[in-house]
Amino acid sequence: MKMEAEKRFDTVDMMLNMGPQHPSTHGVFRMVLTIDGEKIVAVEPHIGYLHRGTEKLCEGEYYLQIVSLFDRLDYISSFNNELAFVIAVEKLMGIQVPERAEYIRVIMCELNRIASHLMFYAAFGADAGAITPFLYAFREREQIQSVFEAVSGARMMHNYFRVGGVIEDLPPDFGDRMNKLIPKLKQGIQECDDLLTGNEIFIARAKGVGAISAADAIDFGMSGPNLRACGVLEDIRRSEPYSVYPTLDFDIPAGQNGDCWDRYMVRMEEMRQSLRIVEQAIAEMPQGPVIAPQVRKIVKVPKGEVYVRVENPRGDFGVYLISQGGDKPYRVKIRGASFCNLMTLKKLLQQCYVADCVVVLGSLDIVLGEVDR
Amino acid sequence: MTGELLLSALGVVGMLLFLTVTTFALVWIERKFLGHIQMRLGPMRTGYHGIMQPVADALKLLFKEDFIPGSSDRLIFWLAPLAVFVPAFLIWVSIPFTKELVIRNLDMGIFYIVAVSVVSIIGLVMAGWGSANKYALLGGARAAAQLISYELPLIMVILSVVMLSQSLDLKTIVEKQAVIPYVLLQPLGFLIFLFASLAEVGRTPFDIPQAESEVVGGPFVEYSGIRWSIFFLAEYVNTFAVGVLGALLFLGGWNWPLLPPIIWILVKSYFLVLVIFWMRATFPRLRIDQLMSLAWKVLLPLAFLNILIVGAHQFYRWPAWSLSLISLVVVLAVGYRLRWRRIAGTSRLGLSLATERRLANDRTP
Amino acid sequence: MTEHAAPTPSAPVDPKLELMANLLKDIFAPFEPEMGYAIDEVSLTISPKDIVAACKLAKENEELKFDYLRCLSVVDYEEHFQVVYHLYSMKKHHKMVLKVNLPKDNPRVSSVVSVWKGADWHEREGAELFGVTFEEHPNLAPLLLYEGFEGYPMLKSYPLGPYEDGS
Repeated sequence: MKMEAEKRFDTVDMMLNMGPQHPSTHGVFRMVLTIDGEKIVAVEPHIGYLHRGTEKLCEGEYYLQIVSLFDRLDYISSFNNELAFVIAVEKLMGIQVPERAEYIRVIMCELNRIASHLMFYAAFGADAGAITPFLYAFREREQIQSVFEAVSGARMMHNYFRVGGVIEDLPPDFGDRMNKLIPKLKQGIQECDDLLTGNEIFIARAKGVGAISAADAIDFGMSGPNLRACGVLEDIRRSEPYSVYPTLDFDIPAGQNGDCWDRYMVRMEEMRQSLRIVEQAIAEMPQGPVIAPQVRKIVKVPKGEVYVRVENPRGDFGVYLISQGGDKPYRVKIRGASFCNLMTLKKLLQQCYVADCVVVLGSLDIVLGEVDR
Repeated sequence: MTGELLLSALGVVGMLLFLTVTTFALVWIERKFLGHIQMRLGPMRTGYHGIMQPVADALKLLFKEDFIPGSSDRLIFWLAPLAVFVPAFLIWVSIPFTKELVIRNLDMGIFYIVAVSVVSIIGLVMAGWGSANKYALLGGARAAAQLISYELPLIMVILSVVMLSQSLDLKTIVEKQAVIPYVLLQPLGFLIFLFASLAEVGRTPFDIPQAESEVVGGPFVEYSGIRWSIFFLAEYVNTFAVGVLGALLFLGGWNWPLLPPIIWILVKSYFLVLVIFWMRATFPRLRIDQLMSLAWKVLLPLAFLNILIVGAHQFYRWPAWSLSLISLVVVLAVGYRLRWRRIAGTSRLGLSLATERRLANDRTP
Repeated sequence: MTEHAAPTPSAPVDPKLELMANLLKDIFAPFEPEMGYAIDEVSLTISPKDIVAACKLAKENEELKFDYLRCLSVVDYEEHFQVVYHLYSMKKHHKMVLKVNLPKDNPRVSSVVSVWKGADWHEREGAELFGVTFEEHPNLAPLLLYEGFEGYPMLKSYPLGPYEDGS
């Protein structure tokens, strides 16, 4: 009798399945939450819903074709992915890229970083429950996308970088466009900042939520703005510079507490720094060819292996390329920044509320294309 | 006797029609208003500037499949929309629009409104439970917690209005504001009323039970078509009720010169509703624990303080300006406290910009 | 040596790399590493049984401080599997590569999750796509493929067939 009564009033934790169809999982990500009321007791992330076997596909494609596969990894920042792959091939082949091409690449990558961070801002606002940031951010992002379209012919899957340079020079009106775009973007980013950053409720939702220490973050392999939010000044553009970044002047923003708020603030500041880089790069860009002359249509890469990492908007994007000679790679391992950032989720969500889990996931800014590959 | 009954029936039908039209108007206004805040146009295709959009929406909802989840508790699932819908409409029986325009004015009108509107909590919990969905269950639990918590400060602040006017009759309350609307006498009370009633109708920043990004619609997640539109209708009717009650209790109701009374009450109500929409456009959502602490640690003590101030004012027969002064001081003090916390907070989060500048020797000439 | 063997490019030209190579040679001497060079980093091939000890050493040694696991890859060579650990130091800003060769039949190696927590999903992925068993891994459950998938798709023996649209 007594046992029955006890049984009747026994409380159990509820299992809540979030995703893969959920508005706030940023794609097809699924996490199984065990919740006690509104508190999260445990979380089990499940990935792989977007696994397309890119690494395997790479082994069967020519080097030229692989560039288009890299577009589809982190589809919010395609240029940065392409860059990692073409740098890897160039390093193996020992190609010197023409300077103009390097500048074009940097301009595109940094514009892409701004577009990507705007996307983060939009989604993060929506995760916190504000609806207007989405449209503010997309207004700005749209202008960048139309520049991308003018340059590469595509809004998202650009396929613009080539081994040894870029496929084609910038359109003739690019300078004028950028002169118009940069002040607009500056103003737009400021407007986005004004709309959300100072909001009392937003601060309450983001500050102190999902904090992680610098040591833990490094241990988990976190990178990019998420790692810098913990106060680690690690930016591959500085610590392992590639392309023409050593000649450019920019600051690396870093946070202190490693919570959602710092991750947000770091990205807001990075957009401004990226604009600085773009301005400098446009001013310093020389004339000349945009692709190295010795590069053929079918690229043959000598035997060897190389690991290249670039600073993707989401962090450390690495490509481990092994060539056995020939026109196809032997093995391509892709180290997605989101893949490693997502591993920390279990740690971040300890003692959080259900509502926080959405905000924390949003602050990590994952792209499932890169997580699942 | 029959004549009176007929008149009442006519009034009820008229009120139903009016509320439906109001809902359509509110839906359209909200979509256009949000659209323009968000630098887009909102609906444009259906009629002049999309004026027929709510009709199109309603038709679409009517023709949608009426889906009932297999594992749901059918009776509760079926009853829940009614339990939300009926109290939302019942309160309008005793809400006066002008001195004459009211179906049945009650001596304890405001008491009746508060009492009836509480019933809708049950409907939300029923919807949450009956759907046999964990998101709905979470949403229902959230709704129950939130609505019960915010009922208290709301009632307390209405009480202070009643103390000032010495009446529970909405007509008398409005007539007492013929010269000075109560918002000037107790700005504190007005703000508490606004926040608490926002939470009552579950609109941003208190839309936690529905929270689209977390519990994907909360209690309504399994509802579709006509059933969902009943919830939708009730939500907008309740929003409008907040606007009208705010206008009646604090903005002086239909009093104000020049325009006919019915225009004034509508203008004031729509103004309040627009403020609510404005908040929706700009605010993120609170978290459930923050919501609770706001209710129990901020609003409820302030509501009690408000009653104390009004009580003292009534007892010692202080002049009217002293009441507004004290109220204003409290509002400013609370505002300053929040603002101060924010400034202190932002200075602590200051970004440390790396001063690691470009490496001079790497620069190519 | 057949065409499909682990690449061992010639000796480094960069003096900085030479310095790093000598340092690593000294520190990892107990594990008798086989030195190799990629384009801009030094790689050490060691015996699979030493991997956890070597990783611990790399992480804790004062001169190395490799606190960051950049990447963990499995490569399917013709004669053996190779597990490649790309390491990086956030404090010293230098990098290195550790490699272990595993036999084709029954490839087993100890998990390094105890050294870097970030190895978790990389190892799960390696186990799922290549069939390499990472011993003492806390949870070596499948990660990417759908339930009931048979075989190890990243193996060279697994066909990379033409795209079939099911018609």
